[in-house]
Amino acid sequence: MRKLTATLMLTSAISFAPGAMAQEGEPIRIGVLHSLSGTMAISETTLKDTVLMMVERQNAKGGLLGRPLEAVVVDPASDWPLFAEKARELLTVSEVDAIFGCWTSVSRKSVLPVIEELNGLLFYPVQYEGEESSKNVIYTGAAPNQQAIPAVDYMMEELGVESWALLGTDYVYPRTTNNILDAYLKDKGVAAEDIFVNYTPFGHSDWSKIVADVVALGAGGKKVGVVSTINGDANVGFYKELAAAGVSADDIPVMAFSVGEEELAGLDTANLVGHLAAWNYFQTAESDANTAFIEEWKTFIGDDARVTNDPMEATVIGFNAWVAAVEKAGTTDVDPVLDAIVGVEVPNLTGGTATVLPNHHLTKPVLIGEIREDGQFDIVSQTDPVPGDAWTDYLPESAKLEADWPGKDCGMFNTETNTCVQVQSNY
Amino acid sequence: MIRPLTVFVLTLLLAMPASANPALEAVIADNLDQIEKPSRRTVEPVVAQIAATGPEGLALLSAWTNRSLGMTDDGRLLIVDGDGATDAVTGKPVPAADPKMLRPNSGVRGVIESALVAGEISDPDPARRAAALASIARDGTAEHLAALRAAAPEDDPALAVQRNRALSLLTIQFDGDPAARVAAIEAMAGDVGLDFRAALNPLLATTRIAAPAEPTDANIARELAVGDDGFPREAAIALLTSQGVLQPRLTPADQRTALAANIEGGSVGGVAVADLSDPAARDRAYEALEASGAVPPAATDAEAEAALAAHRFFEVYAEADSDVTDAARAAQVGAQLRLAAMTGVDLGLDALSLASIYFLAAIGLAVTFGVMRVINMAHGEFIMMGAYTGYTVQTLIADRTLSLVVALPLAFAVTALAGVILYRLVIRHLAHRPLETLLATFGVSIALQQLAKNIFGTQARPLTAPAWLEGAITVNDVIGVSSIRVAIFVLALLFLGLFLFIMKRTRLGLEVRAVTQNPGMAASMGINPDRIAMMTFGLGSGIAGIAGVAIGLFAQVTSELGQQYIVQSFMTVVVGGVGNIWGTLAGAALIGGLSKVIEFLNPANTLAAQTFMILFIIIFIQFRPRGIIPQRGRAAEA
Amino acid sequence: MTDRPTRQPFILRNPSILAVLAVLAVFTVAVTLLSQAYGSGVIPTSTVKVLGKTLCLALAAVAMDLVWGYLGILSLGQMAFFALGGYLIGQWLMYARTEAIVAASLAGNPIPPTPAELQEGVANQIFGVVGSSDLPPVWSFAHSLPLQLLLVVAVPGLLAMVFGWLAFRSRVNGVYLSILTQAMTLALALWLFQNDSGFRGNNGLSGLQNIPGLDGVDQARLSVWFLWASALALGLAYVLAAWLVSGKFGSVVRAIRDDETRVRFLGYPVEGFKLVVFTLAAMITAVAGALYYPQAGIINPAELMPIASIYLAVWVAIGGRGRLYGAIIGAVVVSLLSSWFTGGRAPSIHLPGYTVNWVDWWQVALGVSFVLVTLFAPKGIAGIVDRLGGIMPPRRPGRDPGPDQGALQEQEAKA
Repeated sequence: MRKLTATLMLTSAISFAPGAMAQEGEPIRIGVLHSLSGTMAISETTLKDTVLMMVERQNAKGGLLGRPLEAVVVDPASDWPLFAEKARELLTVSEVDAIFGCWTSVSRKSVLPVIEELNGLLFYPVQYEGEESSKNVIYTGAAPNQQAIPAVDYMMEELGVESWALLGTDYVYPRTTNNILDAYLKDKGVAAEDIFVNYTPFGHSDWSKIVADVVALGAGGKKVGVVSTINGDANVGFYKELAAAGVSADDIPVMAFSVGEEELAGLDTANLVGHLAAWNYFQTAESDANTAFIEEWKTFIGDDARVTNDPMEATVIGFNAWVAAVEKAGTTDVDPVLDAIVGVEVPNLTGGTATVLPNHHLTKPVLIGEIREDGQFDIVSQTDPVPGDAWTDYLPESAKLEADWPGKDCGMFNTETNTCVQVQSNY
Repeated sequence: MIRPLTVFVLTLLLAMPASANPALEAVIADNLDQIEKPSRRTVEPVVAQIAATGPEGLALLSAWTNRSLGMTDDGRLLIVDGDGATDAVTGKPVPAADPKMLRPNSGVRGVIESALVAGEISDPDPARRAAALASIARDGTAEHLAALRAAAPEDDPALAVQRNRALSLLTIQFDGDPAARVAAIEAMAGDVGLDFRAALNPLLATTRIAAPAEPTDANIARELAVGDDGFPREAAIALLTSQGVLQPRLTPADQRTALAANIEGGSVGGVAVADLSDPAARDRAYEALEASGAVPPAATDAEAEAALAAHRFFEVYAEADSDVTDAARAAQVGAQLRLAAMTGVDLGLDALSLASIYFLAAIGLAVTFGVMRVINMAHGEFIMMGAYTGYTVQTLIADRTLSLVVALPLAFAVTALAGVILYRLVIRHLAHRPLETLLATFGVSIALQQLAKNIFGTQARPLTAPAWLEGAITVNDVIGVSSIRVAIFVLALLFLGLFLFIMKRTRLGLEVRAVTQNPGMAASMGINPDRIAMMTFGLGSGIAGIAGVAIGLFAQVTSELGQQYIVQSFMTVVVGGVGNIWGTLAGAALIGGLSKVIEFLNPANTLAAQTFMILFIIIFIQFRPRGIIPQRGRAAEA
Repeated sequence: MTDRPTRQPFILRNPSILAVLAVLAVFTVAVTLLSQAYGSGVIPTSTVKVLGKTLCLALAAVAMDLVWGYLGILSLGQMAFFALGGYLIGQWLMYARTEAIVAASLAGNPIPPTPAELQEGVANQIFGVVGSSDLPPVWSFAHSLPLQLLLVVAVPGLLAMVFGWLAFRSRVNGVYLSILTQAMTLALALWLFQNDSGFRGNNGLSGLQNIPGLDGVDQARLSVWFLWASALALGLAYVLAAWLVSGKFGSVVRAIRDDETRVRFLGYPVEGFKLVVFTLAAMITAVAGALYYPQAGIINPAELMPIASIYLAVWVAIGGRGRLYGAIIGAVVVSLLSSWFTGGRAPSIHLPGYTVNWVDWWQVALGVSFVLVTLFAPKGIAGIVDRLGGIMPPRRPGRDPGPDQGALQEQEAKA
C-alpha cells in the first residue's frame, strides 16, 4: 500500500509547480536525478520526495529571488549510462539551474563529465569514498574522514578493538574506504595479520562461512570488531547469520557505514541491539530543527511510520545551502552561485551548522549510534563538526593532493609540485 | 537478565537506611564530566573510586551499566526504575524527576562490569555469578584472577565448570609463576576452544630481529636463514633498514628530487635536463653529482651484502619465559590436526547447508524440465512469491511458529496455483518449442517481479524465524551451524523423500514417468499427457514456493530474491542431469560443496569464488554435456 | 517454372536491403539537419545520442538475429560481446585521455618524466579511485588506438570461437546452450565486477564521451559524428548479414536451425557453419558495443549481466526472428518505447481509485506483451510487415519448424 501512495505522490510530482500561478516571474527550475525504478529506487525515491518537500516549503515562503521553484523529476532507472543521458537532458532541454541527485558512486562518475562539460551544478547527498572534488559538484554527504575514520577511532578507543574484519560489498565505496582504513590502521600500529578483508557480491545471502571466519579471528586473543560497508539488502542475511551464531555486540561489535533507519526496517532488530552505525545524522538526534523536520516529513509523505535518515539530512543541507548561495549571489547562474556558496553556513538537523568548504565538501559532526530494539539508534558519541577532506591523508598518493576552488581553482592540486594535476575531475 | 539485576539492586537499596554516602558524593562531584561523557580509556579510575565507596557505589555502577542512571540539571545522579527515581547518593526517592539518561557506550559498560566482577563472583544469585563469569571470559584481567581465587567455592555444577575454565585461562595469561602457567597449559592441551587458542596465541606472538650475534636475553623462537620460505632477501634488507643498520636504497622519487635540486644552467651533473626522461641518463647525472659530492652516495648492493653477512636473523617471542612458550607451542601443535579436521567438518556443514538450499530451489525446476523439456524462467519468481506469502502470513499471524505452519502449505498452494495458471495460459500452447517457452516465461518473470515491487515495495521485507529456529547448533567453537539451516536441510530431505514416494509409489508418479519416457506411447495407453504435465508443473512450482519461505527465513525477502537463485538452480539442474532427482541432488551437492571449497581457498573475495564456480560449470558441461547422471534411453534423444 | 531464374545480384533479390539502407540514410540525414550542431537544433544533443545508441543496439540485434533467427541458437550471452567491445575501446579512451592529462601535469616538473613515471601517473589516475596504482597487464595495449581497435574484434571473436568450439563440439544445444551462454556472460560480469580483474570493478570505465585528441569538438558535433558512424556500421552489417543468409551458405545455416541432425547426415560440417556464424555475430556485436559506449559515456559490469542479453532476445523476438529488418524494428521500437515509458514522460492513466504510473507498470506491460507476442505473433512485427507485403507462408500441415518456414518449404511453395 505504501508503494501505492508513493505512486500517487510521484504522479503529482512530475508536473510539480505549486504556487506557480501566484508568483511573478519565470519559475526557477531544479532537476531531481534520482532512480525511481530499478535496484536503487528503494533508497533514492526517498531523496526525490525530500527535494520535492523542500521545494514546496521554499515556495510557501515565497519562492527564491521572487520567483517560484519548479522541480523537474526524471528517472534514470538505476542504469548508470542513463544517468549521464538524463543529466544532459536536464541541463540542455529542461535547462535546470541545479541538480539534486545520484546515490551510487558509479552514477556520480557517470554524470560528472556531463556536468563539467555543460557547467552544471550537482548536489550529491550520500556518504562516499572521497578522492574527488569537482568544480561543479557540492558533496553534502560524508567524506571518509567524516565517517569511516572517526568510527574506527571510536572502535579503537572506546571498544578496545584490536583485530579488524573489514567486510564490504564489492564496489568502489567499500574498496576505497577499506583501502583507506587499512592504511590508517597500519599507521596506528595494527599488524597486517590483524586485518581481515572480505568482499561479497551485491545481495549476497550465504553468510555462514564469512561469519565463521570473523568469529575465528577471536583465536588471536585480541578483541575483534567488524567494520561493515555491506550494502543494502545483503545486510539482512548478514545480521541474521550473526544473530544465529550468537555473536552479541559485546563480543564482536559491528560498525556499519551503510545501515540506517531505512535498512533496519527490513529486519527484526531484537538480536542486533548494541551493534553500531556511524552517520552524520540519526533520526533520534535531539534538536528542534530535527523535530520540526521529522514532523514535516511525516505530514508531507502522509505516513507516520516513515523514518528519516542521513542522506535526507544531506539533501536538506544541500538545498538550503544552494538557496542561501543564490540569495547571496542574486542570480541562479552557476558560476556566481559557486563563488557565493563557499563559506555559506546553514543549520544542520543535529543542532549545529554546516559550512561549505573551498573543496566543495561540508563540515559535519560524526555521530555513532547503537541499534535499539525499535530500529532506531541510541547516539553514543557525537563530535564537533569535522571539515570534509576530499583527498585522504592516509594514502600516500592522495596525501599530497588538495582541492581548493576559490583559491587555486583546482580540485586536484599537488602540494609537492605546486601544480594542478587536472581541472576536470578524474572520472 | 538486566531487569532482575536492577530489581535486585533496588530492593537492596530500599532495604538499607537512607544514609548519605559522603565519599561517593565527593567522587561524583569531582568526576561529573567523566560520568556524563565517559570514555573507556579514562573511566577506569573513576569506576574504581566509585566501587570503593561501598554498596551505594556498586548500586550506582550497576545502574550506570544498565543505562538506568540519569543526571539532573543540577548535577545529581538518579537511579531510574520505570516511573520512579531514587537519588544515587542518598537512596531517597525523588518524585517527578526528569533526568537526562546517561548512555555509556559498550566499552565503558565493559569496564564497569569488569569492576563489578569481584563483588559479583560470590553473589548468592547464580544469574549474577554467570554474568560475572561472562564478563571475565570477554575481557579477563589479572585482578579477576585474584578475585576468582579468593571467591567462595561454586555450588552450581555448570557454573563451576565455567569458572574452572576461566581460572585456567587467567592462570595461563596472568599468573606470576611460570610453573603454574605451564601446568595450566598442559592441563588444557588438546582443547580447540576459541578462548584457549586466544590465550595461547598472544604467548606465541613473535617479532623478527636482526642482530650480529644470538641475543642472550631474548626468548628465541627460531633463527631465520635469508632466502628461506617466508623470509626472502628483500625482507631481510627491509628489516635491516628498519633497524637503521642499512641506508635505504635510492628510490626513483628521491633520485628525481635530488636531481631537481641540483639543476644548474639547464643541466644536472653535465646531463641536459631535456635528456632526463631517460632513466639511464638520470643514473649518469646522479653518479656525476655523487662524484662531485653534491648528493650523498646511495646505498649499494655491496653494502647490503655486507650487512646481510654481518647479521643473523631471529624470531623472538614476546613472552620471556621459554618454558611457557614451549608448553604453549606443544599445546598448539597438538591441537592443530584436530582443529584442521574440525574446520573441515564445519566447512562440510556449510556446504551441506548451501547444497540443500540449492536443491530445494532447483527441485521444482528439475521436475518441469525433466518432464516437459521446458525451462521455466519464472521459477525464480515463484520462489519469490513463496517468500512474500510467508511475509504476508507473518504480518497477519503474530505467532511465528503458527504463522510458519500456515505459511508453508499456503506458499505451496499459492505457487502451485500460479504454476497451473502459467501452464494453462502459456506453456501448453508452446509445446515442443522450448526456446519460445523460455522467452515467454521470461516475460512472465519480469512482469511478476515488477508486480511484486508495485505491491510490496522495493525495500526488503522482514520474515523472521520462530524463536526455536533462532540460534545455532554448536558442537564446539569451530563446528556450528545455525538452526534455520538445519531446518532447511531437513526440509530438503523431506521433499526428496516425498518426491521419491510420489514418483515410485503412486499412480501419478507412474504416469509422470511414462509421459517423461514417451509421451506418444503414454497417450495411447490412456494417460492424458496434458493433465500430467499440468500437475507436474503445479508440483514443481509448489515446491518453489516452499523453497521461497525457507530462503526468506535466513536471507532477505525482496523482489529480486528469485533472480539470485534462478541461475544457480539452472546450473544445478544442468550439471546434475535432466530427468533424475538423484542428478539434481548430485548437482546441488557438487555446486554447494565446490562453492564452499573455493570460498575457503579465497576467503577475501566471495565474488571470485562465484566466478570460478560458474567457470567450472561451463567447462564441466563441455565434458559431460548431459550432466553427472545422464538420462538414458530414448527420452535422451528427444 | 522449369528453368532456374537467372542469378540476380543478391541485393536485388532482397528488396528489404535497399529499403533498409534508404530508410537509414534518410533518417541519418534528417537527424543531422535537425541537430544542434549542423542544423536547426530541433533535436537536442541528448536525443541525438539516444538515437545513435539505438542504432548500435539495432546492430547488435541484427547479429542476434543471425545467431538466433537464422542459426537457431538462442544465445543469452550476446551482450557479453557488446560490453567487451565497449570495454576494449574504453581502455584506449581512458588511457589516452588520462595520458594527456598526466603529461600536461608532469610537464610542470623541473625534470622531464621517464616513460615509467608517465605510466605510473596514468595508472594512478585511472586506478587511484579503486585503490591501486599499478597498470594491470590487460592494459598493455591501451596506449595504442590501432591495437585496441584490433582487439575490439579479436577478443570477442576469439572468446566466441573458443566457447563455440567447446560447446558445439560437445553437441550442447537447445536450452542447454542457452543456459551455457547465460553462464558465460554471468561469469564474465562477475569477473569484471572484481576490482582485481583490472577493469575498475563496479565503477567501470567512465568519461568515454570525451574523445582524446578531439578536445576542440563539442559533444553536439561528436554526437552527430557517432550517429553517422553507427548508421554506417549498421548499413554495412546489414548488407553483410543479408548477403550471408541469401546464398547457399544461408540455406545450410537455416537447415541447421530446422534440423541439425539431418544436415549433419548430409555431410555438411555443422560445427564449422555454426562456429563461423557465432563468431561473426560476436564480432559484429563487439563493434556495436565499441560504437555504443563512447556515446553512453560509461561502461560497467552491470551492462553485461544476463538480463541485458535477454532483453536483446526480447527485441529480436518482438521485431520478428529470421527477418533481419525485424531485428532492427524490434530493437528500435522496444528500446525507444522503454526509454520513453521509464523516462517519466508517458502520461499516467487515471483509473477510478488507482493511477497507473508507467514508471511502475511499464515492466509489467513489457512482460505481458512479450508473452502475447510469443503466443499469438511468433513472427513479431516483421510478420505483420510480411502480411502487408503479401508474403504469405505456404499452408502446410504439421508442426511449425521455426519462425520462418525454412528453405525446403520455400522450394515446395515455388514448385
